[in-house]
This record gives sequence, C-alpha cells and structure tokens, in this order.
Amino acid sequence: MTALRTTLTVNGRPYDLDVEPRRTLADALREDCGLTGTHLGCEHGVCGACTVLVDGQAVRSCLLFAVQCTDAEIRTVEGLADGAEHPLQTAFSAEHALQCGFCTPGFLMLAVGALEKDPGVVRDAERLRELLTSNLCRCTGYEAIRRAVVAAAGDRPAGED
Amino acid sequence: MKPAPFEYVAARSADDVVAALADGRTEVLAGGQSLVLEMNYRTRRPARLVDINRVPGFDTVEAIGDTVRIGPLVRHQAFESGAVPGQLGALLHRVVRHIAHPPIRTRGTMLGSLAYAHPAAEWPAVITALGAELDLVGAGGRRTVAAGDFFLAPFRTARRPDELLAEVRLPVLPAGTVIGFAEHRRTHASFAQLAVIAAVTLADGRVSSASIGLVNAADRPVRARAAEAALLGRPLDDPAVAAAARAAAEQDADPGPQPYTDLAYQRHTVAVLTRRALDQARTEG
Repeated sequence: MTALRTTLTVNGRPYDLDVEPRRTLADALREDCGLTGTHLGCEHGVCGACTVLVDGQAVRSCLLFAVQCTDAEIRTVEGLADGAEHPLQTAFSAEHALQCGFCTPGFLMLAVGALEKDPGVVRDAERLRELLTSNLCRCTGYEAIRRAVVAAAGDRPAGED
Repeated sequence: MKPAPFEYVAARSADDVVAALADGRTEVLAGGQSLVLEMNYRTRRPARLVDINRVPGFDTVEAIGDTVRIGPLVRHQAFESGAVPGQLGALLHRVVRHIAHPPIRTRGTMLGSLAYAHPAAEWPAVITALGAELDLVGAGGRRTVAAGDFFLAPFRTARRPDELLAEVRLPVLPAGTVIGFAEHRRTHASFAQLAVIAAVTLADGRVSSASIGLVNAADRPVRARAAEAALLGRPLDDPAVAAAARAAAEQDADPGPQPYTDLAYQRHTVAVLTRRALDQARTEG
C-alpha cells in the first residue's frame, strides 16, 4: 500500500512523514514522530489514554488517521511544559491524581482542552463529572483527578480542599 | 488491532464524494468514531475511504421555514451548543448528552450515526419519531426517503453502497410542544439498553399531536403509534400517561433477545421509560 506524504504539526513543530492511510494519528505520533507520551490503551475510543488536541479539540487519536491531520495543529502531552510545568501537571502531582501514570497524558490533554475552551466547567459539578467520565483511570479513582482539574483552573491552590 | 490497508481519497466537493462512491467498494469517512473503531477491530475492511471532512458546507445546520436541514458533517457537539433553536433544539440537546462522551462528540456526526444504524443509537429513533426525511445522493441522482422507511434492521438502512447520506430534514416542533427523553443503561458508559423520546403538542390543555420514539425496542427504531394514539385528545395527566406507557410496552415495542435481559423486562422498561419521558415533558417542558 502506498505511503502518503503527510506533514503533521505537533506542538508547533512540523514532522514530514510518509505514512500509509491506515496509520492512526496515535501510531504516527508514537512510531513516526517518536512522541511516546501519548499512550494507547483500548484502541477503540473507550479508554481515552490516547487523547490529544487537534485544533484545540480533545479527540481520540486512535480513531483518527494521520493523513486526516495535515494542516491541523496537534498538541500532545510533550508540549504542555513550557520551561516550567503546566499548572495542570503541578496540580496532578500535588493532588496525587496519578499512580501508575498510564492514563495521565490522556487526562491532561482532555482537561487542558476543556479548561482552555471554558474554565467555567469546573464550577459546574455535573459537567465536570461528565467530562472526566470520558477517560478511564484504573488506579486512583477519579476524585483526585477532579480536585487537580479544579485546582489547575485557579479556583483554589493545589493541595487544599 | 490495526486497520487493514485501504486507499484514501480526500473529497473537496459533494461531486468528489459521489464519484468516489460509484465503485461500490468505497465507504464514507465522516467522524469515524464507529467506522475507525470497527476498522481497528477489522470487522470492517473497506477497500477505500472517501474522507468528507474537508468538503465545504457539509457542516451546515440551516433552518428554512418549518424545517431544519442538517448536513453530513454536523458533529454531535453542535447540538450541545445550540445549533438548532427552539424546542427541537432543546430536544436534541437533551438527547445528545447521552451520546458517548465529549471527545467522541467533537468528532462523531449525526448523519454518520444514522447511516451506521446501531440498534442502541439515539438519533435514529429521534428522526423516526419526528417523521424526518433523508436525502441520498448517488450516481443515479438524488432521492428522498422517509425516516420510517430508512432503517431496515440493525446496521442496515435503505442507503445503497454508492450513495451518500447528504442531508436530514427535521420538522420544527410547533408552539405548545413539550419534550422528554429517558434512557436506561447499565453504566454511564454503556450503550442504551432502551430509551424513549417524546414530543407532545398541547392545545387548550389537550394533546393535539404526539411523537414518541423507542430506542432499541425492536429490530429497528420504533415510532410508537399506539402510545401516541393513547394521548390524542386527552389532557397530559396521570391516566393518559399510564395508558401511553402501557400501549408503548404492549403494542409498539417488539423486543428481541438482548444480553443481560429478557423480553418481559424489556417491555416493562419501555413502560417505565415512556412514563418518565412524558412526566419530564409535562413537568420540565
């Protein structure tokens, strides 16, 4: 099967790739760009470990083909820290919102996307809960993750309840 | 869990899509939230995909007179952010929150869901209840199919392999219409076991028209005509709601074997959800 020349822009940097159409965005990020921060769990859109931002929207990178993402702005967990930790990363650490860390990149990108679109999501308990049901965590439960997202939104300092 | 090889075409116009579909071995890639999943499982192995994500105008929602036209690339998310005004918009908003979760709704499309025809999907029963029309475009031209004739069986529709589902037209709900939606599923993240959609129009305190749809209560989406008839001409009160719930369960539903449940339980659940949807309609509007 012929590979197609595709340019992915990931965290502001262009990657010129030759990928088969069947290459998912998740695999292209991990295997072709070497950005292994994006994790792959279920590969059918349920677990959310592979969540990245495409043009500002949180999407499952396992359900999108790399060739569809030419011209798109892709953001992955590697792009979060800009010299210093992103406030969400600080909050996840302070709130113990991870244990094994497998789901963490997906949760971070899910939350970054939601907070950038509307920081008010943390003030609506039902909406925040619904947002966080998008992804699966099998270690900690979700309460610490919820607290971390609220803290990162600036509503209260991390580590306090 | 990787897709089998396929050819990829990025369409730039509706004509591109129709031309690509003409070979009968090409599938439409819209949101891809079911198609790519199945391709990852290799339960589907299309020889070629035509990607409609870059076709200008396909993401349009347009209200014309008493009809709302929805294009083939309108994502579920649009119905959360008020793309459709009025009570119809309110009904779609109430339903859409039950579809998957936010990152799926940013990609998945209403028309993709209709074309996929998953038995537990909400949109097929919504358009069936409301009596919508669908436009299919293929090499042979454009044709219109009523929602009631579109769904044939789980995952089977009247769409031919060389046709694009180009548009669905939903009727605006008349003034005085109250709406309800009730769904049952085992966990928040599960598919719907059953769901009921209700839109009831009241005039002078009595039901002048009713649209009731059942999700996953038969081999295709059901318009619950017996339940609707049980409401007509009556006030939307406890006895009318009870009669409609009984009719939906005993006459309209035609359940088949399902995991985790038996037929009596399914009929019972249809009655409970019909009552809840109608109660929601009369209390919350």
